[in-house]
Amino acid sequence: MIKTDILIIGAGPTGLFAVFEAGLLKLKCHLIDALPQPGGQCSEIYPKKPIYDIPGFPEILADDLTQNLLEQCKQFEPGFTLGERAETIDKQEDGTFIVTTNKGTKHHAPIVAIAGGLGSFEPRKPLIHNINFFEDKGVEYFIKNPEKYRNKRVVISGGGDSALDWSIFLADIASEVTLIHRRNEFRGALDSVEKVQELKNSGKINLITPAEVTSIVGDRHVKAVVVTQAEHIEREFEIECDHFIPLFGLSPKLGPIANWGLEIEKNAIKVNNALDYQTNIPGIFAIGDINTYPGKLKLILCGFHEATLMCQAAYQILNPGKKYVLKYTTVSGIDGFDGSRKEAPKAVVKAIE
Amino acid sequence: MNQQDVNLKITDRDGVLHEIVAPTDMAMNLMEVVRSYELAPEGTIGICGGMAMCASCQCYVLSETELPEKQDDEEAMLSEAFYVKDNSRLGCQIQITPEMEGLEVELAPES
Repeated sequence: MIKTDILIIGAGPTGLFAVFEAGLLKLKCHLIDALPQPGGQCSEIYPKKPIYDIPGFPEILADDLTQNLLEQCKQFEPGFTLGERAETIDKQEDGTFIVTTNKGTKHHAPIVAIAGGLGSFEPRKPLIHNINFFEDKGVEYFIKNPEKYRNKRVVISGGGDSALDWSIFLADIASEVTLIHRRNEFRGALDSVEKVQELKNSGKINLITPAEVTSIVGDRHVKAVVVTQAEHIEREFEIECDHFIPLFGLSPKLGPIANWGLEIEKNAIKVNNALDYQTNIPGIFAIGDINTYPGKLKLILCGFHEATLMCQAAYQILNPGKKYVLKYTTVSGIDGFDGSRKEAPKAVVKAIE
Repeated sequence: MNQQDVNLKITDRDGVLHEIVAPTDMAMNLMEVVRSYELAPEGTIGICGGMAMCASCQCYVLSETELPEKQDDEEAMLSEAFYVKDNSRLGCQIQITPEMEGLEVELAPES
């Protein structure tokens, strides 16, 4: 059982900044995220795109913002449960919560802050009639352990960065890599596209374009995929393989959180914005894009503010009756849970002779 | 109706036709018009915010209205999206201008 003060669901910018604000109040955080890496939308949808409305940053790439937030909160030693989706929440007799993920990992905390953005990212599944049957029987939407594909025949479909990057990576591991895309053009970093071109020329990647996987063949496990090629005349053929990996990106779904008894309006969680961003269940807060209230704006900068006020409210719940005086980090410095200390250099007082 | 406004016909994902009026002077795109009229539930359209990176605003153009050509990123995204037809476009890449008067579109299914 993982124990913490504030359990944050969602490791996007709002969740990461909450770690920092909580740390100033000596509260420890643990984050759960369905994605294998922190950053949320910033790392999954648009890592290389610039953002222009982060206060103090005239321009910052989404990926750089994530790295900065991780750096800013690292002395508060957040814990991470990544690649797992928060599935159920159970309120204990003492008012604390146990949150269990889809993999069965249990987390125990007195405060839960849902910073889930648009929900957890689920793979976009291609429209192949029998694809559900073959899930975990040779069809995988994520590559978790590349070793699984050693000396196997792999078919990847998709036309973006992840399809390109995994084709390149698996070319050295798998016995055979076939990349299938609906168009001849790929959208990805230029060097990935060039690398795939190289591997195609040297025969290490079998590239089939423009084409689409339209069916899967097998009894209990994937044996082959049916490919429909649409250039000039339409033709269909089978490619024997052990694994079929469709990589068409991820789309966010509110998912199990919708069943936690929270008041939901237009796919967002209603909170009290006049006070503390708490939901209708005391002890559960919702911050960032996932919440709604009159005048709500889905902006990262608003998430930062909401995270800050949430932490104050959490502090009051955990330390009832304690007087709290706001301290500026410039004045008080930052004491990390790792023993580190950051502080403003003392002013130099020296006479001029 | 203001002089700058245009009339649009938008069929939602449940097949319901909405005849709406959209402004041309607010730098809105078709995805934003759909969201502002709440023709699709929040969180199911415009997920990436309009960067042509998610295809949640895919729609089928039903009228002969002349639209700006697809740019490379829209073309690339549509090549990875599902339920794509010859008349598919991404709503976020279609700016509402006076030339859009009478535009008719149907929202593609959620995926």
